[in-house]
Amino acid sequence: MLIFVGKRLVYMVLTMFAISLILFLVMEINGEAVARRVLGPFTSAEQIQAWLEANGYLRPWYVRYVEWLGNVLSGDFGQSIRFRGPVADVLWPRLGNTAILAGVTFAIMVPLALTLGVLAGMREGSKTDRSITVASVITTSIPEFASAVLLTVLFTTWLGWLPGTSAMSDGWNPLELILPVMVLVLYGFGYIARMTRASMAEVMQQLYIRTAILKGLPYRTVIMRHALRNAMIAPFTVIMLQINWLLSGVIVVEVAFAYKGFGSLILEAALNQDVYLLEAATMVAVLVAVSTQVLADVGYTLLNPRIRFK
Amino acid sequence: MADTVNTKTAASPGGLRGLLRSMIGGLGLLRESTIGMIGFGLVFVWALVALFAPLISPLSPTAQIQPFAPPGTVTETGQTLWLGADQLGRDVLSRIIYGSRTVLFYAPIATFCAYFVGCIFGLLAGYLGGWVDDLLNRVADIILAFPVLVLYVVIIVLIGPSGLNIILAVTFASAPGIMRIVRGLTLDLRNRDYIAAAQTSGASLSWILFVELLPNARGPLIVDACLRMGYVIITIGVLGFLGLGLPPPTPDWGSMVAQSRAMITFAPWMAIFPAIAISSLVLGFNLLADGIREISLRD
Repeated sequence: MLIFVGKRLVYMVLTMFAISLILFLVMEINGEAVARRVLGPFTSAEQIQAWLEANGYLRPWYVRYVEWLGNVLSGDFGQSIRFRGPVADVLWPRLGNTAILAGVTFAIMVPLALTLGVLAGMREGSKTDRSITVASVITTSIPEFASAVLLTVLFTTWLGWLPGTSAMSDGWNPLELILPVMVLVLYGFGYIARMTRASMAEVMQQLYIRTAILKGLPYRTVIMRHALRNAMIAPFTVIMLQINWLLSGVIVVEVAFAYKGFGSLILEAALNQDVYLLEAATMVAVLVAVSTQVLADVGYTLLNPRIRFK
Repeated sequence: MADTVNTKTAASPGGLRGLLRSMIGGLGLLRESTIGMIGFGLVFVWALVALFAPLISPLSPTAQIQPFAPPGTVTETGQTLWLGADQLGRDVLSRIIYGSRTVLFYAPIATFCAYFVGCIFGLLAGYLGGWVDDLLNRVADIILAFPVLVLYVVIIVLIGPSGLNIILAVTFASAPGIMRIVRGLTLDLRNRDYIAAAQTSGASLSWILFVELLPNARGPLIVDACLRMGYVIITIGVLGFLGLGLPPPTPDWGSMVAQSRAMITFAPWMAIFPAIAISSLVLGFNLLADGIREISLRD
């Protein structure tokens, strides 16, 4: 088990190294392009040359890569062009905001999806099953930006119940969190629910469930004690991998509602050609995605006795 | 097997004809699935709309008529703006109709390119195994480590927003996932007797991959292709919404929604209708995929 976890961790570190190298190469191999992005499009050749010299861009790329990697590992991501300050100063607060958004989304989405999935998978083909399945297909078919505007029209323009933007300009307001969370939950719960349903339906056909029913246990006990535990293993992986998806989802939702989070930061960096900020944000996003993948793998092995005791 | 030297040209028409035949046969089977038929209907209607856009569209998608006209406004020249007009006075209905062309042009091409690349690498990885498999898997791991939208943003920033680059970005980001699926299917198929028969009769590598393996793996791939098509449509919409899509004034559902956001309080029709349009098309593909899966499980 320890060897397995160790292997996964080593592999994760290697993947991160490969990604950092690729990212550095595509972003910074051409020093002049970086200079033009930092200094703006109307810069003279002399200015660019001076900038390249002052910032050490005339050295070979592998020297620069090692230095960059060392800086990144010690938390120094360089200066943001867009925000005129250290990248770290904007990155961490934004990441914190997104963590709140993602945390609330997960706290609502996961229990909801698991409950619906279990209800649907418990009696395959029943009316409940069919309506939950159809509902989840419909909600996952509505792109986040579409549901964002549809819900804003409904709750802000017509009903006037909720604020239409979530910039938190007058201090922290939980009301402004409702619409973004709603959009993310609507788009995301369907997938987890369907996986849970499939897993539950499969468990319900196992012989031990039939035995439990035939020996006269109440249906509740059969579900709660015998079926649920075994049906929860597969959805666990899906939920962990959903974090990777959520990182994509928050970009759209944060842009749609002007929420000052990590997702809108990545887009701002991209649209403003803010090289260092984009590098840092991408590295953080990939790190989160890769580590949840490792957690998913390790957790799956821990949860599943058939693998654990091999 | 004397003519297997020329396998590439021999393989493609047979594969195409086979695909067409299975599509027609599949449509007959699909009648047994209600949701499959609903999905097919939605996709079919949008395909017709895209195909005959100049005939159905009441007005030009770029003509500036009456800014912020609410739905149902009749203009001085007697034209009805059924779904209202946008901030430049362009007819929303006509822009949605023309926007279907944009989406139904780029999404299938991008999905096809992603499948083309994904299938080749998946077949190679699954059939050859060994270091080819290892190498391709490592590369796939690296690409799949990115949250997918972050990957799109980085690619589009590097190569710039344009139709071709959207296709490239979708191919790059989706091919590894397709490769994984094809690889799994190939691993399952490669020990079958007919593969051994082809090997002993001296068939070339490309013959085995594209004529023996790929057609037999098509079932799950068709379901996945429908789901992926829906997802690519969402992606194209999202890129348009984020301002990384096709440059204006191309009618594009995603950028239509994006532009309307600031005016949502007094001109909600500008946002609602394109949002419904894209959702219904994605729903069509998802239901179609469900229907096909339902039927294939029944056999």
